[in-house]
Amino acid sequence: MKILVLMKQVANKDAILRINKDSTWIEEADLSFEVNESDGYALEESLRIKEKVGGEVVVVSMGPQRAKSVIKDALARGADRAIHVVGDNLGHLSPFAAASVLAEAIREENADLVMTGLQSDDYGYAQTGVILAEVLGLPHATIVIEVDATGDQLRVKRELESGWYQWYTMPKPALLTIQSGISQIRYATLKGIMAAKKKEIKEVTPNAEIAGKPSHQRIEKIYLPQKSKQTQFLGNGDAKKGAVELAEKLRTEARVI
Amino acid sequence: MSILVFIEHKAGALNKTSLEAIAAGQKLAGDTGQTVSAVVLGSSALAGEIAVYDLEKVISVENNQLADYTPDAYAAGLEHVVRATNPEYVLMSHTYQARDFAPKVAARFQKGLIGDCIRMNVEGDKRVFTRRIFLGKLDADVVSDGEPPNFVTFQSGAFRGDQAVKGSGAPVESMSVEVGEVRMKPEAPFQEAKQAVDLSKADVIVAVGRGIKSKDNLALAEKLAEVLGGDLAASRPICDAEWLPIDRQIGSSGQTVAPKLYIAIGISGAIQHLVGMKNSQTIVAINKDPEAPIFDIADYGIVGDLFEAVPVLTEEIKKLKA
Repeated sequence: MKILVLMKQVANKDAILRINKDSTWIEEADLSFEVNESDGYALEESLRIKEKVGGEVVVVSMGPQRAKSVIKDALARGADRAIHVVGDNLGHLSPFAAASVLAEAIREENADLVMTGLQSDDYGYAQTGVILAEVLGLPHATIVIEVDATGDQLRVKRELESGWYQWYTMPKPALLTIQSGISQIRYATLKGIMAAKKKEIKEVTPNAEIAGKPSHQRIEKIYLPQKSKQTQFLGNGDAKKGAVELAEKLRTEARVI
Repeated sequence: MSILVFIEHKAGALNKTSLEAIAAGQKLAGDTGQTVSAVVLGSSALAGEIAVYDLEKVISVENNQLADYTPDAYAAGLEHVVRATNPEYVLMSHTYQARDFAPKVAARFQKGLIGDCIRMNVEGDKRVFTRRIFLGKLDADVVSDGEPPNFVTFQSGAFRGDQAVKGSGAPVESMSVEVGEVRMKPEAPFQEAKQAVDLSKADVIVAVGRGIKSKDNLALAEKLAEVLGGDLAASRPICDAEWLPIDRQIGSSGQTVAPKLYIAIGISGAIQHLVGMKNSQTIVAINKDPEAPIFDIADYGIVGDLFEAVPVLTEEIKKLKA
């Protein structure tokens, strides 16, 4: 089975975000980056499927040269080869444009299964996978937490809201978006890191006409969220002092003790 | 132009967040002088119920293939109604179902959704939608460019369902739709196990997140919960790591709670967690990151090391209760 895994590089979860001068995005100059969390689980799931049924795992990432670190890490964990759609501003494409560019880059691969995370941790659109399935004409399932790829058809368990679940069966090829936390992600071994150096990374230039189409949605400005509540900060940096004050406030002000 | 509101249901039972979408539609209609209609796929009975709201009409789409939700059938159904009615806006609640099929519909109009919005403002000719980015750390004001229809989804709680205005009875219009091939076969939805713990009745909840670092450290939070006479709960990563069972998980994929006191320890406050607890009466957050979104909804905050704060808090409360 040939599995394509789409992985995005995003700002590190613990990074302090600074808004840029035009208030249109964050300052990326000194930022540290990491793989989008749910995409890591999509990779892990694809490696587990390959171990069960055989085949090939191909990592696909779109973004500037720095995205190579995500690709190399995936190769070290066990992916067989990679496709890098290279461009500086590709991370800012609308979900429709991103999916259209990705579709052109992977169509010829004729994968049996395309997997990605359920949403990105930066823009959080949660759409690129579904739109890509539509553009490629594939059936899809989102927020998948279990995959059985051993039969002729795929059987996947989807998470619904409030503790409900549902199984769906669909033909291959198909596209799945994977929920975070569904398995234990493996580390890259030293052997894996060495082996990764010999693996192919194919660079692809995006189709300029598709990438350049006007977006249907545009960010006017970004800003820190307006607080819905006035938080009383206690202790002024001293956690122990804060805790003493808090106990008192909970009794006298909030009256919950 | 008009506004079309998508109504979600499970076997004919209304998903209440759809009332929030109606309220959003009515607000947008009032601000822009448009009419609002609603669409129900696969339940004419529910279409009749929705007709009590102040709407231009309710479109009821009947087709055997719409009886059970699948993205293929629902995308075909909604696409058909959008093409037939040509609305400027298609509004829906940002549910797991909307996430599953709405981008597919939007893609057929060469676009995506303006998704998971928390606010909407009309400024003259301009409509501004606000959505959270970077897991809730920043807000983005988004405007739509290009031709209608615009597909917009709202986060649960962005509008109040009880503010959806009722009317004098909207006409229900049936529409027949060709659905075509449906590739996914659904099995019946189910719950994993009977939920052993019902946190929705708890007065006090002490919840832990990633910041607790290891399973052994849970004892700290457990002791605090014990002196408060409360229940221990967690955000998703803790249950994923199996440090606590899944029936202790708070958030969109777990339980929704509104206790008198909610103490969030080492929880950054991703949207998926906040929707499960933001209606708690008093919210306390203890976190080392002053920018953590949990502080946006906290009444009391301690910025600092939870391993210093929690034992002291436990002791102080023990003293006060003595």
